[in-house]
Amino acid sequence: MRRARSLLLAAALVLVPSGCGDDDEPNRKLILATTTSTQDSGLLDDLLPAFTRDTGWEVTTLAVGSGQAIELGRRGEADVLLVHSPAAEEEFVAEGATGRRLLVMHNDFLIVGPADDPAEIDALSPSEALTAIAEGEVPFVSRGDESGTHAKEKTIWAKAGITPEGSWYSSTGQGMGATLQVAAERNAYTVTDRATFLSQRDTVDLVELGAGGPELLNIYHVIEMTERAGNRVQTDGAAAFADWIVSATAQDLIGRFGVDAYGEALFTPDAGRDEAELAA
Amino acid sequence: MDILGDGFADALRLLVTGDEDAWSITALTLRISLTATVVAVCLGLPLGAAIALGRFPGRRVVLAMANTGLGLPPVVVGLFVTVLLWRSGPLGSLGLLYTPTAMIVAQAAIATPIVTALVVAALVQVDPDFLVQMRGLGAGRVRAFLALLDEARLPLLAAAMAGFGAVISEVGAAQMVGGNVAGETRVLTTAAVLATSRGQFALAIAFGLILLLIAFVVNLTLVLAQQRAPERDGVR
Repeated sequence: MRRARSLLLAAALVLVPSGCGDDDEPNRKLILATTTSTQDSGLLDDLLPAFTRDTGWEVTTLAVGSGQAIELGRRGEADVLLVHSPAAEEEFVAEGATGRRLLVMHNDFLIVGPADDPAEIDALSPSEALTAIAEGEVPFVSRGDESGTHAKEKTIWAKAGITPEGSWYSSTGQGMGATLQVAAERNAYTVTDRATFLSQRDTVDLVELGAGGPELLNIYHVIEMTERAGNRVQTDGAAAFADWIVSATAQDLIGRFGVDAYGEALFTPDAGRDEAELAA
Repeated sequence: MDILGDGFADALRLLVTGDEDAWSITALTLRISLTATVVAVCLGLPLGAAIALGRFPGRRVVLAMANTGLGLPPVVVGLFVTVLLWRSGPLGSLGLLYTPTAMIVAQAAIATPIVTALVVAALVQVDPDFLVQMRGLGAGRVRAFLALLDEARLPLLAAAMAGFGAVISEVGAAQMVGGNVAGETRVLTTAAVLATSRGQFALAIAFGLILLLIAFVVNLTLVLAQQRAPERDGVR
């Protein structure tokens, strides 16, 4: 019995401290649903502490694909979105449950692959490059997770008039980081955002191939949710985040992010610009 | 091989310097997993005892359910708990999703059937005449039951350890209901997954090694308890 009692005592000791420390003010906490690229690149680690310092709002970040982020917004489970899937965003805004949708920043997508370039896509435009990969049935790895990157990849396939299928085309259903690793292991091509690729360049054996161009533009918007999506949406928190991320402070942080680590900025701040000008 | 070496070096560096919040992530992991285990024991012990000792209609069905729960996929539990705790879900007003409490709920749900099934196994292996003899010796119901628990204490301890082992190593439900929020719900397993997806393999391995270390210490404690038990009984 002595042992049983000491077990109970040990249990009590574990439980007592766990009772405390959970009483954050819940109404000063907002949920940001965003893409894996903003978390995996480390951008949010730079931005969010500054946002909390400036506004007092704490942020719970859910880093998922853009498709899932939009779904969380649609259900009123997230207060504000930072996503990069323009066609899906426009459809979502048209449903009427969102507030403002503001241009935040852009960078570009890349087609990356093995250094020896088996499908010879270097210098080809994105749709020509994917056509060459499909015709040569060279391994290609897709995220297949309805993320913004996956949406961009599907747009390029559509432009090339190809339905990608067959044993050369595989789909990981995972984030960009994991997908890059699968592509590298299989000597395959993939479509990636520049930020995640640069942040993993040292650990994956892939190189940037193919010509860039406006087709590969990767544009991020912030989208506020309103109570039309669910009565628990924190609209003031959403507004605070949207206002802050297009402010001069945040835009400056975005423009400098990555310069120290990679020698180039990973994102171009775009607040207040006209989206049509980005391609130019 | 470099990565493994770097992982070991990183694990040591993290533990010494406390970088990457390794200590707070470890403390949170222990806090959540131990609390969930205690909850699971508090539920699983009486439930298991009732199944092992009781005679009631549907007893075999309940036992089969507990045994099914041994193999309950954590991601399914995570999904159910997420849907329950969503703002738009039935318990949404509690605002528990993406908090350590939600993780404790999910992990307790994973561990309770495990503890229950193993408690049943522990109690049925004690000589069926044990309770009868204790009562014959004049012990009351409660004393007889406590003596039975004492008799089966090592397998009971193993049941608790199995529950703990299941929850501390679990990642699917922890990621879903916790959201892997830095400083709040990031535990060793989800931190390792994030580090992996960021390509920080050495860091991921470091988190994995800390996890292994915890599992080892817990199991070492169990082994020591088992080894010491006969001596103690002999002395008594």
